Amino acid sequence: MSTTTPQSPAAPAATAPGSVGVVTPQKAVFDAPITLSAGVTLPRFELVYETYGTLNATASNAVLVCHALSGSHHVAGVYADDPKSLGWWDNLVGPGKPLDTDKFFVVGVNNLGGCYGSTGPMSTNPATGKPYGADFPVVTVEDWVEAQARLADRLGIGTWAAVVGGSLGGMQALHWTVAHPERVRHALVIASAPQLSTQNIAFNEVARQAILTDPDFHGGHYYEHGVVPVRGLRLARMVGHITYLSDDQMGEKFGRELKNGELQYSYDAEFQIESYLRYQGDKFTRYFDANTYLITTKALDYFDPARNCGGDLRAALAPAKAGFLVVSFTTDWRFSPERSREIVYALVHNDRDVTYAEVDCNFGHDSFLLDDPQYHDVVRAYVDNIAV
Amino acid sequence: MTASNSPLSSPAAQRPAPAADPYALAGGSRFDFDVITAWVAEGARVLDLGCGDGSLLKHLRAARRVRGYGVEIAPAQVTACIRNGINVIQTDLERGLAGFEDDFFDHVIMSLSLQTVHHTEQMLREMLRVGREAVVSIPNFGYHQNRAAIAAGRMPVSDYLPYQWYDSPNVRFFTIADFEALCDKLGIAVRERRAFAAGQPVADDPNLNADVALYRLGRLNWAV
Repeated sequence: MSTTTPQSPAAPAATAPGSVGVVTPQKAVFDAPITLSAGVTLPRFELVYETYGTLNATASNAVLVCHALSGSHHVAGVYADDPKSLGWWDNLVGPGKPLDTDKFFVVGVNNLGGCYGSTGPMSTNPATGKPYGADFPVVTVEDWVEAQARLADRLGIGTWAAVVGGSLGGMQALHWTVAHPERVRHALVIASAPQLSTQNIAFNEVARQAILTDPDFHGGHYYEHGVVPVRGLRLARMVGHITYLSDDQMGEKFGRELKNGELQYSYDAEFQIESYLRYQGDKFTRYFDANTYLITTKALDYFDPARNCGGDLRAALAPAKAGFLVVSFTTDWRFSPERSREIVYALVHNDRDVTYAEVDCNFGHDSFLLDDPQYHDVVRAYVDNIAV
Repeated sequence: MTASNSPLSSPAAQRPAPAADPYALAGGSRFDFDVITAWVAEGARVLDLGCGDGSLLKHLRAARRVRGYGVEIAPAQVTACIRNGINVIQTDLERGLAGFEDDFFDHVIMSLSLQTVHHTEQMLREMLRVGREAVVSIPNFGYHQNRAAIAAGRMPVSDYLPYQWYDSPNVRFFTIADFEALCDKLGIAVRERRAFAAGQPVADDPNLNADVALYRLGRLNWAV
């Protein structure tokens, strides 16, 4: 859900072994209108994407990587002008890495409603000539998949060898298999769930309220006021961040350690964990858009493929034809292993090819971004068997 | 324990399997595979509990075109299954088979793992809840060499019981006679039994002369 930066490599990232090297984002412009779940039609839209590896002659080696809440199209490699700009899943994607770009043509795409160049709240609303702001519709996982399908058409990719995603990205991968069963050969659904739990929705609501009640929010039209609802976005990120980590991990990393060695009896950041959360929250406000955060948390809340099947996930997944790899992490209390098992057993019910790995990793929900050996072995072993 | 049948839920699960495969016959075939294959119908749905590296399912897929899933807890074995192209579900059998539906599988197989499970009765009931038939193989603690070890004052260590008492993943110690008494108690029909010693069929007094037994089990007088 978050985009914890992977461990910084010692070598310059672009030349590090296994790196896809310097990458450049591209933009696809779609002039055909797209009607979203919310009932709103965008007359045109743009998607920013990156690709790694080479599409083969039959376009059979294409892999789509779907991003999570605060992710983007920048999955692997670095930008020429910023050696620190490592892609959010660089540890997984690259030559010789589990998702091997010597074999696969990997596509990362920034979703509709995003804040990294795809059409979203910061884009100009053709109806007003001003940024959409709050007028940008809420988009859903279904809308994202539809937009991604158009990108696939544009790239000449009829069928993905695999659609891969963690967390919210896993929801997109899951939806791909039922919305376009003929276009997905394999789905890797990692640290994900068939729908959010009530508790998850509750956390999202706290995050949204932090943003919506920030005096600088201006009903979502803060761009026109030259301000950003920094305080709200910072709080939203802080509460989110807590839920992505495990209690054990936070304890190990920060304990009850004090910044100044003794109690100050003040509201300054006294414990290291307070300082850390403030830092992470501040950092986030410098690169992420508050409206996009709102839209994306709503997309999370809404996702529920069983909704149209009377709550029966088994029936909802019946159209899927892909082979599945489902992975969960033991310490992920936000998208717990139990939720992944719901997907697994619904697929078993439908006689689908499904493999499930429950990885013993200590880092909570964010484990899916890290390079745990078992996790990466599992992904590597699975995708190695995908024919291209 | 063979390379393809890992101990479940045990620290010992991580240690290397004994070099010798007690099931192996000259020529590389495995007699337990042959017995199980003969019991499994063409195109059947199969669940293999404690599936190890998935080699039994791989064999059954080739020989019987089964559709199957393995269940395994040891991470290295799960990865090995994936490499083998076998559907595997990583879970602890002690949790039961709650996610699987009644009567879903034609055969539920548990090869040399029942003795590693704490909830033996529940496990057998669960197998025959989700499967119309169960295939179980067990090491026989009543085998004369095991009895001889006990008579000499030490716990048996052999091909099928390759562990010392202090590091064994086995938590249940029972004989062919014990197992059949339990089946009787649970209303489980023993539809077929094949007993072996050192890979050779045993007909005479299996409880004394066999080191391993394979069972084809069904529901006798209960419904799921």
